[in-house]
Amino acid sequence: MFLPCLFTALVVFVVVSPASTFAAMADDPLQSPQWTDIRDRYLGADKVVFDPRVAVSGPKIAEDSMNVPVSVKISGLVDVRRVLVVADLNPIVKVLEFSSKGALPSLHFRMKLQQGSPVRAMAQTGDGVWHVGGIWIDASGGGCTAPSVGRSAAGWTETLGQVQSRVWQNETQSRVKLNIMHPMDTGLAPGIPAFYIERLSLQDAAGREWMTLDTFEPVSENPVFSFDFSGPPPAGLTLVGRDNNGNRINARVVK
Amino acid sequence: MSAALLRNLAGSAFLALFLGVGFYVPQVRAGSLDYQLAPRLVAEDTWVLIGKREDFSRSNGGNIVNTAFVVTTDGVVVIDSGPSRLYAEQMRSAIARITPKPVIRVFNTHHHPDHFLGNQVFADVSTTALAETIAGQRREGGAFADNVYRLSGDWIKGTEPVAARDPVGPGTLLIGDHRFELIALSGHTEGDLVIRDLGTGVLFAGDLVFHNRAPTTPHASISQWLAALDRLDAITYRTMVPGHGEPVSDGRAVEQTRRYLRWIESALLQAAERGEEMSEVLGLELPKEFAEIPLAREEFARSVAHLYRGYEATTLRHRR
Repeated sequence: MFLPCLFTALVVFVVVSPASTFAAMADDPLQSPQWTDIRDRYLGADKVVFDPRVAVSGPKIAEDSMNVPVSVKISGLVDVRRVLVVADLNPIVKVLEFSSKGALPSLHFRMKLQQGSPVRAMAQTGDGVWHVGGIWIDASGGGCTAPSVGRSAAGWTETLGQVQSRVWQNETQSRVKLNIMHPMDTGLAPGIPAFYIERLSLQDAAGREWMTLDTFEPVSENPVFSFDFSGPPPAGLTLVGRDNNGNRINARVVK
Repeated sequence: MSAALLRNLAGSAFLALFLGVGFYVPQVRAGSLDYQLAPRLVAEDTWVLIGKREDFSRSNGGNIVNTAFVVTTDGVVVIDSGPSRLYAEQMRSAIARITPKPVIRVFNTHHHPDHFLGNQVFADVSTTALAETIAGQRREGGAFADNVYRLSGDWIKGTEPVAARDPVGPGTLLIGDHRFELIALSGHTEGDLVIRDLGTGVLFAGDLVFHNRAPTTPHASISQWLAALDRLDAITYRTMVPGHGEPVSDGRAVEQTRRYLRWIESALLQAAERGEEMSEVLGLELPKEFAEIPLAREEFARSVAHLYRGYEATTLRHRR
């Protein structure tokens, strides 16, 4: 079903594709033909540089395309305002967006990959420039169009929005790891509408935000996130959020 | 279909073609698909077809597994049917070159594709496996066949997943002049059948034992697997045929598998207790004794995907 559709599309693409697509592809270290589209759609006319200080890491091959572990670590780049994470060839390209407001500009998460794709982090600094890093992750497919696993188990509604957490700390840094129970349905599995967490915020006891996330359908079911802080984590850290159906998340982080 | 989606798909198709990813690439020559199966006599009446210590690829066609057959007075008993229809056809030819006796029974040691996707070639005889194995074959056979086709291409053409027909439990079974002990274990998968030929002393260990080939863990329970290895230690045998790697006459392959499983369990648990993320654990250094085993790095990465979330879950807490 899927392949004939691709081949049809391929013919159209070859006929109408402007030569500029290929020129732009040459700039992209990952050589993705989608790069110009991604840039136009998410970064507009802003200045863009490929920057090794924006480091993305993950497996070469996604063994489990429903849970592909990805880390974004940005070091040596000052005044990072926001970071977009995209997978060029996913049916839903945008994975998440985060802003560190005191947490280190890094994030660890797991995502769904429908097929092999570049996975990129695009970090905008205060001067408006986008710094882009990424890797290629191969995948056998099916990560986005399969129903969530928890749907087949009774009682998933009872744990919806529950949060487990833990804090680790050494001399220089700390890490907060969170697991949120949620199906994160993409809407691409037949008969199951999109149902996903769309907003998360880490707040301290005074209500100050230390990290905010906008999350989208490709984030894995029952997502796990890790956030890193320089020094100990802020006191009284709480995770606040909501999904696209208006369900609230509110959980004190357990040390 | 919107223009944007069309462009998206077009880009995907182009890139996939460009990189040769996810698309069928024909084999170089038709007629060159010869697994070159060479049965090796390891005991009286007992032949083993040794697979390469590799992962599925378009060059090996999935000949990465050990299969075996025992020639009894009543007929031939096959242990595991291989990764494809073509493999099993060539296996039957290889058997026919050694004995005129018919194949009368096929055992599947467990439900992984390299051990049972040849079953369709044995539709005329009893195909036998543990009930857990048959359930797994029915549940996952289709996905396995698709995946093996993606990895090995033409070799897999025409392969249909056929679950074993006849469930079996532990006990002894007399076939011709050979008495087999069937031992039902688990750990590599939910059902791991070990077969001991009580006459020749050959133990067919299936994938509970890997020898100089990194163990695979997609359906593993490490604790059950370690318990199964302890059971194997208590069994006497003259020759052990592991699921992957060279046969041995002592416990060294069991010990190697055990050491690897113990290491992976403690390494992943300790990493989880340090708060490491999956993407970070992928970079963990392998001990020297395992780093040199073929596919160690690749299988370790796969095992992180299979196992790490389970260990990680034990480190996280609910608010009280």
